[in-house]
Amino acid sequence: MQHAKTLNKQRVVDFFLHYAMYIILLAILVTVSIIKPNFLALGNILNILKQASTKGILALGCAGLIVLAGTDLSIGRVMGFSAAVTAALVQSVTYRSRYFPEMVADLPLIVPLLASIAVAVAFSLINGFGVSKLKMHAFIITLGTQLIAFGANCLFIEAQPSGTAQALSTFNQTFKDVAAGDLILGTVKIPLVVLYFLGLAAIMWVVWNKTRLGKNMFAVGGNEEAARVSGVNVVKTIMLVYLIAGVLYGIAGFLEAARIQSVGANTGLGYETDAISACVIGGVSFSGGVGTIQGVVIGAVILQAINFSLNFIGVNPYYQYIIRGLIIVLAVAIDVRKYIVKK
Amino acid sequence: MKTTQAPLLEMTDIDKAFPGVQALSKAQLTLRAGTVHSLMGENGAGKSTLMKCLFGIYNKDAGEIRMDGKKVDFRDPRDALDNGVAMVHQELNQVLRRNVMENIWLGRVPLKRGLVDTDKMYRETKAIFDELQMDIDPRAIIGSLSVSNRQMIEIAKAVSFNARILVLDEPTSSLTEKEVTHLFQIIRHLTQRGVGIIYISHKMDEILRISDDVTIMRDGMWIATRQAKELTTAEIIRLMVNREMTQRFPPKTNTPGGVALEVKNLCGKHEPTFKDVSFTLRKGEILGVSGLVGSRRTELLNTLFGFYAKESGDILLNGQPVDNSQPDKATRNGFSLLTEERRATGIFPQANITFNSIIANVRSYGKLLLDSKKMNSDTDWVIDAINVKTPSKRTLIRSLSGGNQQKVIIGRWLLTAPEVLLLDEPTRGIDVGAKYEIYSLILKLAGEGKSVIMVSSEMPELIGICDRILVMSNGRMAGIVERGKDFGDIPGEQETILTLAAMYV
Repeated sequence: MQHAKTLNKQRVVDFFLHYAMYIILLAILVTVSIIKPNFLALGNILNILKQASTKGILALGCAGLIVLAGTDLSIGRVMGFSAAVTAALVQSVTYRSRYFPEMVADLPLIVPLLASIAVAVAFSLINGFGVSKLKMHAFIITLGTQLIAFGANCLFIEAQPSGTAQALSTFNQTFKDVAAGDLILGTVKIPLVVLYFLGLAAIMWVVWNKTRLGKNMFAVGGNEEAARVSGVNVVKTIMLVYLIAGVLYGIAGFLEAARIQSVGANTGLGYETDAISACVIGGVSFSGGVGTIQGVVIGAVILQAINFSLNFIGVNPYYQYIIRGLIIVLAVAIDVRKYIVKK
Repeated sequence: MKTTQAPLLEMTDIDKAFPGVQALSKAQLTLRAGTVHSLMGENGAGKSTLMKCLFGIYNKDAGEIRMDGKKVDFRDPRDALDNGVAMVHQELNQVLRRNVMENIWLGRVPLKRGLVDTDKMYRETKAIFDELQMDIDPRAIIGSLSVSNRQMIEIAKAVSFNARILVLDEPTSSLTEKEVTHLFQIIRHLTQRGVGIIYISHKMDEILRISDDVTIMRDGMWIATRQAKELTTAEIIRLMVNREMTQRFPPKTNTPGGVALEVKNLCGKHEPTFKDVSFTLRKGEILGVSGLVGSRRTELLNTLFGFYAKESGDILLNGQPVDNSQPDKATRNGFSLLTEERRATGIFPQANITFNSIIANVRSYGKLLLDSKKMNSDTDWVIDAINVKTPSKRTLIRSLSGGNQQKVIIGRWLLTAPEVLLLDEPTRGIDVGAKYEIYSLILKLAGEGKSVIMVSSEMPELIGICDRILVMSNGRMAGIVERGKDFGDIPGEQETILTLAAMYV
């Protein structure tokens, strides 16, 4: 009897540890919707999802790097550069001060998309090379590449014909329709970007759970030496995970350009914090080898829901920073408890 | 012997349950001051759990621990240490990049006016080393020392805490005969000072040599406590496994066929390493590799597998040169390597049994998408065929006992259907019953035509199951001895091998 009770208690504790983050965050959302009942309107929910999408796609990319026991500080700047390249290639041909005056017809959208991906992949592969071949810590190499990406992006933006560093804007209609349009179902307008996010999440779920790369990634993150002994090509695995992250950053940059409609040097600033926070809230462990795609998606959505609801009830922006910081600290504190082997 | 006063340590009726398993049930242990008390039992018998309850790593569900008759309940290992109870773990936890004395005084460095008193630290470390007759420089970086020295340092550390109870977990698993003798001298020295020693080991001869008392556990329960002088190896084994074990080794059933592997003038690249090793290995043959610690046996295996870099030399499999420059290439060429350090290079601790079983074979489950059904059935095969004791295949591997972890890793390699199995200390830290199972498995694999190279520090097991034994000495090959000619019921066989092992020392 006594025995059964302690076991049950243990199970309750485990349950709370496992879902604590979700419980706390749901509690915040419930509170907000009690204060302002109109919070739960469909429009708001779609808005949250829409805002969560680009950062969610970034989180899908960097989650793999965190599973490898690394991180990526260059996400924001790299995505900013990608977005700028996208913007330059999708400007309306009737816009007088466009980046490429010689462009007289809209390019097929695949061109800016691939260009955006190419930029992000280039940086990601440099990061991957540093981590896998040069054995640098991901924190250090990405700290370096984020500065390089920022500098390169500023030079790129400044190189426009006007010679100023003004933001790139005025995009063609096809781009806006495809990247920032809506799917209209009766009276409901579902933002396409949400569908892209969920589609990419589904693909990433398959990559993580159903492919050799996924297994190898968890092996390298969990115990790199053991992975090597088990015949896992560690360098190749790390490079591929970085490559995928780059592709996702590129896609995010492409979509983000459409969402914000004007890309300047500071586009993407601080996005890495949101992407990494989403992963952490979603249970991707910084000690490596642990994490799920479902977690990352939920983490990204919840994070944005918190941001949105704090704005919605008019919390002072400075307090918002404090609250978001506390949430990250709490998430990690709880995450760490899950893996402490104390019985 | 002093038996009148209260025992130094008394653990009674200790219970501990984990979800799904009753790990300890009324376990007990009584340690007298100034004696060596061996704790024996198969893997999973509850020895480590009992010790973890003593040190407060686990909270016991029921039972009592008394020291000198007074009830104690340590919060954590540090609390135990402060009360004179220390443990030297089989797998050493040391700060490898710092020096010896800093490791010993870690967490309690002597201060002078708020700054670290390095001189005092050095003097006191040196004094302890002198007392224990250890010749180690307190300023040496721990990572640069041999495992045996590092183990001695842990014992010295316990001494520095004035420990009255010292638990040694498999202290000799990586020591040579000479080092074991030194360790035993130190142990006797400590018991003369009244220290009580709990000695956990699987090596029968050592236990009978060093112990005063022996406690045997099985399935989390106390089975018997006897005086060592009343016991024999056969009796201990009978109590441990509850069955008569007539032989320690299964009958040899393999017959070597044609040459499978040829190694010519193999040299390792990065010092310390070995040079100029040449041998052939036939299909279905078990080649032992013997040598003292530091003879570079592990380096040889790791280099054959591409885990360590090769300087020169050729590796031929079935007459064709193979490129084993990286482990993934070696794996594809039909090689597999069971490493010596299970925790560092074997298991994926956060992952479950399934993941740990299939990871080396992952390329055979489909080109793009992996076949979950096959991965599950392969995991079932590993659990059944090698007799892994686990609640389920979704259990995290780190919650299994060492022997069962080892079985999972062997199973991992068998799934890749290797031609050449490289086994580095495959029975290290594994109990008698599981050892027998692993020997049978190795012989069965050889019987199926697989070629096996097996490094071991336990000479009887090499003599028991190998066809030939390659002896390494100080990084060079000292010779190869053959069953029937040099060993295998041949008088003086161990001396022959030892003489070779000492050839270049």
